[in-house]
Amino acid sequence: MNSLSDFMLVSAMLFGIGVYGLVTKRNALRLLFAVEIMINAANLNFIAFGQYLPFEGSAQTLAPNAAGQTFVLFSIALAAAEAAVILAIVVVAYRLHKDVDVSELKSLEG
Amino acid sequence: MMVLTVGSAIVALEAKEIVYGAIGLAGSLFGVAALFFLLDAPYVAVFQIAVYIGAVAVLILFTVMLVREEKWAKEAPATSLTKMAGIITGLAITIALAVAAVDTNLSQYTTISNSATFLDIGQLISTGDAPVLLVLALVLAASVVGALTLSRVDREEPGR
Repeated sequence: MNSLSDFMLVSAMLFGIGVYGLVTKRNALRLLFAVEIMINAANLNFIAFGQYLPFEGSAQTLAPNAAGQTFVLFSIALAAAEAAVILAIVVVAYRLHKDVDVSELKSLEG
Repeated sequence: MMVLTVGSAIVALEAKEIVYGAIGLAGSLFGVAALFFLLDAPYVAVFQIAVYIGAVAVLILFTVMLVREEKWAKEAPATSLTKMAGIITGLAITIALAVAAVDTNLSQYTTISNSATFLDIGQLISTGDAPVLLVLALVLAASVVGALTLSRVDREEPGR
């Protein structure tokens, strides 16, 4: 559990699980879980690359792996906002249709 | 740690009861936070625990409690064709990414010694990435307002 490839393997597995969930699940909450897992896979890659392949582009005196960590902080905040909106949509969909199965929500269908 | 992260992610998607799925998701997010600690990023790890496990997981649990019903127990099982397609797609992406990760010379790199401190991250956020921070603040505010507007209950309508 030491090289960059190990962390990339974990990240690839998490991303694959997320894709599997997105393809198979029909429950809106499970889809949210899958998206969160995929976002976390991406975040893990950001941190791992920041730690192993430091950013050398600028002359500033900051530590080189600060850029990756900053990206992940932004990403986490964005994911939290997204989760809040999705959960609000789920609650509204449940109130209107008494169901959260995305294949049953057809009122937006063209 | 790797087993905890990946196993909990599978539990999150495959657990029969969605409450257990939510708990599995929290476990997976906790595993990722632990990996952040291993990668010498304690600030991000604590942020991850606070935001994901402290806020998002609790939010999901409350939503599950709000909308849970008996019929959730018999959540329509995916057809075998869909399930097969999902497994094949997921495995293909995993294998492609894993092969790409292993088949490089990335393993020769070692961790850097001078890792970022809180001060570095704070400086980067407040100087170079300040516009990002502002836009992110607007997005967060807009999403919170949007979520509140969506879930607002109209008092005038009876029966709601």
